[in-house]
Amino acid sequence: MDRFFQRSGLQWRLLLVYPISTMTMVNSLNLFLQMYRIRAVEEEIAHRYPQGKMRCPVHLSIGQESIPAVFAETISKRDFAVSTHRGHAHYLAKGGSLNAMIAEIYGKVTGCAKGKGGSMHLIDLNVNFMGTSAIVGNSIPVGVGLALSAQLKGTDQISCIFLGDGAIEEGVFYESVNFAAVRKLPVLFICENNLYSVYSPLSVRQPQGRSIAKMVEAMGVEIATGSGSDVLASQQLMQQAVNKVREGSGPYFLEFSTYRWREHCGHSFDNDIGYRTQEEFLEWQAKDPLLLLESSLSQSTSNLRQQLDSIKAVVNLEVQAAFKFAETSEFPLQSEAYQDVYATQELSA
Amino acid sequence: MTQKNFAAAINEALHEAMQQDTSVICYGLGVTDPKAVFGTTSNLEQRFGSERVFDMPTSENAMTGVAIGAALNGIKSVMTHQRLDFFLLAMDQLINGAAKWHYMFGGQNSIPITIRLIIGRGWGQGPTHSQNLQAWFAHIPGLKVIMPTTPGDAKGLLLSSIFDPNPVVFLEHRWLHNTVGDVPEGDFRIDIGKARKARTGTDITIVTMSYMTIEVLHAAEYLETRGVSCEIIDLRTIKPLDWETVMASVTKTGQLLVLDSGFTTGSVAGEIVARVAMEKFNVFKSAPARLAMPDVPEPTSYALTKGFYIRASDIAVKVLNMMGKNNSTVKIDLPEPMPHDVPGEWFKGPF
Repeated sequence: MDRFFQRSGLQWRLLLVYPISTMTMVNSLNLFLQMYRIRAVEEEIAHRYPQGKMRCPVHLSIGQESIPAVFAETISKRDFAVSTHRGHAHYLAKGGSLNAMIAEIYGKVTGCAKGKGGSMHLIDLNVNFMGTSAIVGNSIPVGVGLALSAQLKGTDQISCIFLGDGAIEEGVFYESVNFAAVRKLPVLFICENNLYSVYSPLSVRQPQGRSIAKMVEAMGVEIATGSGSDVLASQQLMQQAVNKVREGSGPYFLEFSTYRWREHCGHSFDNDIGYRTQEEFLEWQAKDPLLLLESSLSQSTSNLRQQLDSIKAVVNLEVQAAFKFAETSEFPLQSEAYQDVYATQELSA
Repeated sequence: MTQKNFAAAINEALHEAMQQDTSVICYGLGVTDPKAVFGTTSNLEQRFGSERVFDMPTSENAMTGVAIGAALNGIKSVMTHQRLDFFLLAMDQLINGAAKWHYMFGGQNSIPITIRLIIGRGWGQGPTHSQNLQAWFAHIPGLKVIMPTTPGDAKGLLLSSIFDPNPVVFLEHRWLHNTVGDVPEGDFRIDIGKARKARTGTDITIVTMSYMTIEVLHAAEYLETRGVSCEIIDLRTIKPLDWETVMASVTKTGQLLVLDSGFTTGSVAGEIVARVAMEKFNVFKSAPARLAMPDVPEPTSYALTKGFYIRASDIAVKVLNMMGKNNSTVKIDLPEPMPHDVPGEWFKGPF
């Protein structure tokens, strides 16, 4: 098994020595690995959540793994990213420490925010994952500010901002897009449109037939739209967008359709409570990007079943180890609650 | 030492900070326009360039978030708003973001941003152009709140604010911009969190802030002629508040009056009265008191603002009352200045 993988930093990479012609296959396996890893983590959170040891709201990304996976395979460690309340997948995709994330959800001192932030406040400065926010739209201008800093410092870093369809309705979204456009900032907006803001469908929130991306295009920003179910096509769109932003052509807005399988907040399914239909849910489940990619890889001429199973086995071990790390880590001291209200280190000129 | 006005002192602090540190940037609506926010941002763009000094879209909330994001990568932003009231659109970024970032991400990074807000009264500014909401900001853990009175303090505290690793709300009273005082040259800093004894006295402690200090200095001069010796504590920093200086003074005088340019209920003055009363109950010779703005929006009309603001005479009346002295002639001795709605004849619109 070991010869398929190399653990480099915090990310798993495949080490398959194949001719160039099979690079696509390697890429597909990497995408599968990223998607499977996110799902395995989220499923394990859902599985253990009823134990009551993870005592904070969790917003799971099950069903929405494809765009983070594509992101993981496209972005550089030096680039910045910020995300939302539903941010586990983005944090992991950027290369954030799995152990530190699970420990944070458990409220442990080894957590990525020392237990101060929980599931909705994830950060890993080692990989320039700069934070997530519990307030819809709140991290959007922060991402734009990171882009401004890159522009001021003359680096080639880009700043990636994950947002959902709900954030499109926040005033701060328009303010942020406008400023990014007027200053030609290196910002990549990645909108995962999952059709619902908590339990409110798009139909009661935005005019029927109006495209989010088209509206953003009218603000002077280049756009592309894609289906989150088609992971390879999404990857092409994202690669093209990243290239353009890095070249200095200003902000770019990507909109992908996707669907969250579990309840808005928590570990259960909620199709029975009446805000969406079981039929709609099954329709999206049939378009599961993870399953679609897995079956296409296992049915391909070179039959990658063995590699897929190896990936699963390795990831499962990693996930179990992360939960063990979190469960066996210490809680912060009670006195820690009163620390770090203010920063105290002197700023040098 | 050079005499300068408050606005020039602010301008000098900005020039000093930007010259010293290339990571300091300055932006806000109008910072590069011909009026340069009452002259406070004059010549910054010419000297430091349009990358570091720039006008911005009318987007108070996002632009506050931009300062947070830039701060995460080492940029120190000084934002300026011509009225505090416009900045109310940015409460999400200030309170959910800037104030909490250091804490909620486990102390890993800090948000060294300075937000200059102009507050004021008079000249028909009315309900939404005059609010003194220092109590709001002081309520939020993670924010520092500064309200300087003198030009020297304005410069020294602004430089300290810019180089403080935390978000600082820096409140400039419009009626102070043209006041003149000593302003030390160069990198002159005043510690955040230290009050200034504006007058030494023995009979009563009067705690004050920002423009209210000017009124109470007039009142104290008059009260001296009435045989009352006032000790005036100019807070300068609202948060973290210099409790030590306040407590020591009240222990000495046994009397406390707190002035506040904001609304009465939930005011900083209320907090000070409460805390001093709880901790120093035994030293009080009479009940502590406060004078703050009434719990009504500020009206616009010249007629409606007559007698509306706390003036030197109101302070003198209150103090004499607390001392058990006759206060019947105060309003004659200290009449409300004419016109009542400007700090001086020089103050003409549109601001």
